[in-house]
Amino acid sequence: MTIAEERSELAHEPDAGGHHGPSGIYKWLTSTDHKVIGKNYMYTSLVFLMIAGAMAMIIRAQLVQPDGHIVSQQMYNELFTIHGSIMLYLFAGPFAFGGFANFILPLQIGAPDMAFPRLNALSYWLYLTGGTTMLMGFFVTGGAAAFGWVSYAPLSSYTNSPGPGPDLWIVAIALTGFSGIFTAVNLVTTAFYLRAPGMTMFRMPIFTWNMVVTGILILIAFPILTAAMVMLYADRHLGTHFFTVAGGGSPVMWQNLFWFFGHPEVYILALPYFGIASEVFPVFAKKPIFGYKGLVFATLAIAGLSTGVWAHHMYTTGTVLLPFFAALSLLIAVPTGIKVFTWIGTLWGGNLQFKTPMLFALGFLVTFTMGGFSGVMLASPPFDFAVHDTYFVVAHFHQVLAGTAVFAGFAGFYYWYPKLTGRMMRESLGKLQFWIAFIAFNMTFIPQYLAGLRGMPRRIPVYLVSDHVTFLNQVSSVGAFLTGFSFLIWLLNLWISWRKPIAAGDNPWDGHTLEWATSSPPPHHNFTSLPPIRSQRPVWDQNHPEYADYNTEHDGTPKKGVEAK
Amino acid sequence: MKKLNYRRDTPSGPGGRRRLLGRAGWRTPVALGGAALALSACNVTDFGMHTGATSQGSDIFHLYQTFIYMAMGVAIVTFGALLYVLLRYGRRKGDGVPRQRHSNVKIEIVYTVIPAIIVAVIFFMTVGTENKVDAVSHNPSLNLTVTGFQWGWRFTYPDGVSVVSQGTNYPQMVLPEGETTKVKLVSQDVVHGFYVPAFNFSRYALPGVTNYFDLTPNKLGTFIGRCSQLCGLYHAEMLFSVRVVTPAQFNAWLSSQGKGATA
Amino acid sequence: MKVEYRVYLGIGVFVLLVTVVYFFWAKEYGGAMMLFGTAGLGILPALYLGWWKRRMDPRPEDVEEATMAESKGAVGAFPDHTIFPFVLGIGAFLTALSLVFGAWTAVIGLSLIVFAATSATLESRRGGAV
Repeated sequence: MTIAEERSELAHEPDAGGHHGPSGIYKWLTSTDHKVIGKNYMYTSLVFLMIAGAMAMIIRAQLVQPDGHIVSQQMYNELFTIHGSIMLYLFAGPFAFGGFANFILPLQIGAPDMAFPRLNALSYWLYLTGGTTMLMGFFVTGGAAAFGWVSYAPLSSYTNSPGPGPDLWIVAIALTGFSGIFTAVNLVTTAFYLRAPGMTMFRMPIFTWNMVVTGILILIAFPILTAAMVMLYADRHLGTHFFTVAGGGSPVMWQNLFWFFGHPEVYILALPYFGIASEVFPVFAKKPIFGYKGLVFATLAIAGLSTGVWAHHMYTTGTVLLPFFAALSLLIAVPTGIKVFTWIGTLWGGNLQFKTPMLFALGFLVTFTMGGFSGVMLASPPFDFAVHDTYFVVAHFHQVLAGTAVFAGFAGFYYWYPKLTGRMMRESLGKLQFWIAFIAFNMTFIPQYLAGLRGMPRRIPVYLVSDHVTFLNQVSSVGAFLTGFSFLIWLLNLWISWRKPIAAGDNPWDGHTLEWATSSPPPHHNFTSLPPIRSQRPVWDQNHPEYADYNTEHDGTPKKGVEAK
Repeated sequence: MKKLNYRRDTPSGPGGRRRLLGRAGWRTPVALGGAALALSACNVTDFGMHTGATSQGSDIFHLYQTFIYMAMGVAIVTFGALLYVLLRYGRRKGDGVPRQRHSNVKIEIVYTVIPAIIVAVIFFMTVGTENKVDAVSHNPSLNLTVTGFQWGWRFTYPDGVSVVSQGTNYPQMVLPEGETTKVKLVSQDVVHGFYVPAFNFSRYALPGVTNYFDLTPNKLGTFIGRCSQLCGLYHAEMLFSVRVVTPAQFNAWLSSQGKGATA
Repeated sequence: MKVEYRVYLGIGVFVLLVTVVYFFWAKEYGGAMMLFGTAGLGILPALYLGWWKRRMDPRPEDVEEATMAESKGAVGAFPDHTIFPFVLGIGAFLTALSLVFGAWTAVIGLSLIVFAATSATLESRRGGAV
């Protein structure tokens, strides 16, 4: 408890006065600074996004023709397995809770670093090596794992999927799983114990709140995944029979275990991005977030409910209690709806600035809401019977997950890039990227809903002409290629900002939260001084004292005794 | 007896023959786009989904139809509000600071309670449909065992008649129209998904688990069926077809198969 | 600490309620056990936080009117740079690979883990948080 009881405005180690650390590659290997690790996480996960995105391009190219021959069936199975695994385990999660949270969370609460810097560095190395392990699968005999990212037993057994590829996949998931657990411990501890004086829990920015809840969910869900991986490995190599019928095990148990992880995982991937959107909307509307406490409770409600809905991925197994899981799954729509309306409420009456981060956040809001509609439908078991494991589901989770991770993720990237680097990205290129990505993204996935309703199952490299989905698939593929192209614009933007920097200044967006109170990029141990924290928006209060939150009633009118301007 | 009056212009399954571009592929986006306009015209549109060739599938289709109407309502409110906000408040110029409203308990309660009510309605509709779809008959007209294996299907009828995948020949499952068939679904190896898009129905074939469900076809025709759950290398080619015939034709077919055709 | 405690307690109690409903409705043990364990993952940290809540005065970060000057002493000691997490990570990587490619990498991997864990602990004892 020394951390809690002793605190100074300037926290540093005895020798940190004139920071003379190592430089170059040795600095990168040895740094325990949350900002360096956060950036490492961010750029690594973006590289994984590019790799998995390239796989998606191959997958879409294969599906242009009903009997495409771009890749073999085996290769196709490997590609979508690793595409899904990378996107879920190595991109969407680590980009948010390893990248953004690592960099932003300590800054937002006025902390000098994460609570356990060494553990933080270890998480990054486990993540990097885990990701490398997963990719190694393509270079071993028999190829990478080819049983889908859900790895249903007994398809993932040694008999049905022999070779080192699946083992590498298991080991990769275990390594990244540990990395996630360590990061979660760090996030929760940091938010609980390293807040600056006056930064009460209910003054934490929504992003930080969402990261705390994400951390709690990770600590619930990831150990189950890791345990399931151990069981799967044991089944494959040590002769156990957890998931084999012949030995008295149950393949359905794999699905139960996996989805008990898998559904909280969905929110682990989504909540951080909700947090990002909740930071971007207020800043570019020049207003506080609307219904802060409602938003926090909605987040907590989602976390609570998400542990009780795992079997809605298993409606068609015929082994689960349908009404129970339908009820809880549908209930999640309520807090999710609260969030959507909260964001609209935040924009309502604001002075909207359509900068690139704002556009991406709006793109997120639209795609996420559309995905939400199909999500509510899928929560209904009878409808799920009709479209389970079809492209309808594929379109749904890409709209909610990819739409969230890409649009809200890029909103966050454009929003915090000045803080990360001290440089601005080019607005015009950013907007171009947004519009191409937004149109192309919907062009990719809306036809997939229709293909799914016509009965096109997922994970098939060939389909029939008589399925009447050829045209839909072609539209979808063109959309996918355009989405891929939009990322090239982003790379160009990065390159320009690297070659011809425009200085950002400390607070280019008129931001509200503490990360904007320090320089860009922040100095070693983050702050030289902190503004007084008297509301959820200390930096706004400092920059706009006449509109400070502590001087304002809930409806925006000045408090008694305060002169309105 | 139920007689359905939906448009029959959706050629499902192999009956549609080969075309360069699927007609439905063009038609559905247009149908969906025009759906909002068609609302007032009382025109029953399928919103891209199969209308269901079984009574269970039709029930699911009706549920879907209701969902779409509800989703359109919610979408109009949500996206309408968003569009209004963007148009109304997006045109201000300059750096002016708007009113700093940060909560309004009444509005927050409204947008919590209304979704909760909608969700409750959906839940009760769901349970109603689910009970119909999931009901398993005690005295079906026909008991049929479906076995999934890598990578094919076996349909076992009473009296030892059975149809099985052989090489690339897709097996055909024959069902009598208007009669309830109780299907027993099992898997021989890994998880498969028994999926007939035209029936709006899928169920996993799980090793170690026996699933039962009813199919009551109400439309004659041949429909495509497939494996929906990834089951290995040739998952995509694990196809079958379903031919729904009149009960008389069915009995003739069954006796013509005889014991000799057993696989 | 009050809010932290309540956040965890809220999740734990909610999941406990879900567990009870699920158990008596579904009459299925596997899911009920998983839910019960999850409830524990909420309640156990809540007990820890609650235990400290009762033994501590509100910290400056729990007080709305706290000023920066109220926090005394160092927040904690944070290492600037250390090679050991990297070594530990590589050790874990090599050990994990031994599960796929045979035992020989585990020898190097485990040695690295032992070396890095010991060194990091010693380093941390000399000053710095883990």
